[in-house]
Amino acid sequence: MAEQDQLMDAAALERLQVADEGQAPSETEIANYTINFGPQHPAAHGVLRLVMELDGEIVERVDPHIGLLHRGTEKLIEYKTYLQALPYFDRLDYCSPLNMEHSYVLAVEKLLGLEVPLRAQYLRVLFAELSRISNHMLNLGSHVMDVGAMTPNLWLFEIREDTYGFFERASGARMHAAWFRPGGVHQDVPLKLLTDIADWLDTRLPQLFEDAISLVADNRIFKQRNVDIGTVSRDDAIAWGFSGPMIRAAGLPWDLRKSQPYDVYDRMEFDIPVGTRGDCYDRFMVRVEEVRQSARIMKQCLAQMPDGPIASTDRKAVPPKRGEMKRSMEALIHHFKLYTEGFHVPAGEVYVATEAPKGEFGVYLVSDGSNKPYRCKIRPTAFSHLQAMDFMMKGHMLADTTAVLSAIDVVFGECDR
Amino acid sequence: MTAPFPKYASNEGVIEAVQAALGDMLVTACEAVSEVRLDVRREALVEVMRILRDKLQYQQLMEIAGVDYPEREERFEVVYCLLSLTKNHRIRVHVSTDEARPVPSVTGLWPVAGWLEREVYDMYGVLFEGNSDLRRILTDYGFRGHPQRKDFPLTGYVELRYSETQKRVVYEPVKLAQDFRTFDFMSPWEGAEYVLPGDEKAPEAPGAPTPLKADEVKR
Repeated sequence: MAEQDQLMDAAALERLQVADEGQAPSETEIANYTINFGPQHPAAHGVLRLVMELDGEIVERVDPHIGLLHRGTEKLIEYKTYLQALPYFDRLDYCSPLNMEHSYVLAVEKLLGLEVPLRAQYLRVLFAELSRISNHMLNLGSHVMDVGAMTPNLWLFEIREDTYGFFERASGARMHAAWFRPGGVHQDVPLKLLTDIADWLDTRLPQLFEDAISLVADNRIFKQRNVDIGTVSRDDAIAWGFSGPMIRAAGLPWDLRKSQPYDVYDRMEFDIPVGTRGDCYDRFMVRVEEVRQSARIMKQCLAQMPDGPIASTDRKAVPPKRGEMKRSMEALIHHFKLYTEGFHVPAGEVYVATEAPKGEFGVYLVSDGSNKPYRCKIRPTAFSHLQAMDFMMKGHMLADTTAVLSAIDVVFGECDR
Repeated sequence: MTAPFPKYASNEGVIEAVQAALGDMLVTACEAVSEVRLDVRREALVEVMRILRDKLQYQQLMEIAGVDYPEREERFEVVYCLLSLTKNHRIRVHVSTDEARPVPSVTGLWPVAGWLEREVYDMYGVLFEGNSDLRRILTDYGFRGHPQRKDFPLTGYVELRYSETQKRVVYEPVKLAQDFRTFDFMSPWEGAEYVLPGDEKAPEAPGAPTPLKADEVKR
């Protein structure tokens, strides 16, 4: 310690001498500058604190501090029955609540070996794709806003508002739908809702969406802010555990809906958009194309959807409807048992992952045979993407942070759990 | 018709291939609920992962999950979920450990493991040998304890509020206005571990036969 002090003193002395001689020091030492981005920043898409080390305006190192929205969802789920745990999933990625529920109900069904009627599977796919559109509206809109454009965001929010109207008409809630159930969905949708969605897919969605995107897709300023920003190669994308639009933008045609189909995705025809350079612009355009493909899937769902029950008729897992309970003692008992004790899930463990709008959203569910999950580990999509911020940002300008962050499409409800 | 969970490539022959490749580093391999589970020796984890990644084409590490089994001698299980993009298959690798014995870090194979291991450390206190940045990640700055352990109470130990008098956020021990409500949802015929009132009077006359547990029911 004393030695260090001496050294520093010697250096200070030297500087003084240089100053005395009236000469400028030959080399100026500039210390790197550390700034805080967030935790409250409109472009942070939530509560993210980025500790950034800057050399002038060039980013040297990024250390994301997350967990500011940690609510202990996984711990809470361990104290709830399987049915009571479901609404927690809406509150993970609150931009695409139904996609979060999708992984969970599929995991429970896998453990139970529960069959799901065809109509319920179509309804789930239909509304999962509607959530995807809704999610991308927010992300694409805020992405263009983060790099300086305003109008597309307002137009895309019109579409988002429409989708929330549809969620409300199906489930009663605009955002936290809690509509999927192990074994199907909670209640059937009226025919008018389906025809309205079909009309909307034909008229309003393409009109508003293509108008808004035409403003930015070939826009010179937008391209200058996004092309070649935050490039990720194929190998990096694999090593960093990328999924969803992030891995597709890097050039890998990997989509769980195609490669590991669940529900009725194997009956759907759709294309997987892939990027060529793996930069922010590719990620944006992959999402733009995904919206068109989602609309295509939804149209097929509407055309093919059969009539029939909307939930499994296995009364040990799915409660009977109210009308049945008025007439049957057995139904009344089942209803009482399911809403007090809940159903028991056979001991075992599964990892079920689906293609959420942001990437692979997985649920690792461990059951000990009781009515509550022994362990429910949630694999968030943003966790691995955000971790790659450091190497994606290295050597970029400070102003590019917002573009890279938007292109990741991060929502902290899901990242922090 | 079966449950509509995601379908990937068949598990046929996977266990044999893994057994041949891993030899005695593998403790057990089994298939349950149409998923392949491998239990491997903790010391050999990095080598196992290298073989799985390079020889058996499991390129992506998607998730590291911790699980706490307090009744076991080595109470923690660390679960690695691997994905093969080329074979379109998933596999789970399990190792067990306790508070003191560290698990070798796989950050050298997959950089994504950095945060995933940090999370398991934060939630369970499992140590990872070779992870150069083993800080807490999800909990508060200065948090004490490991919240996902089964012996950590759901309510936690401290709560924080903004103090109007001190003009800053203060931490205080948790005060519950009423007792934490733990409902016994289990039916007394299946799950209850206590004697029902009245049953102690007739030890020689057993009640109704115990119904089957959920996993014994044949579908």
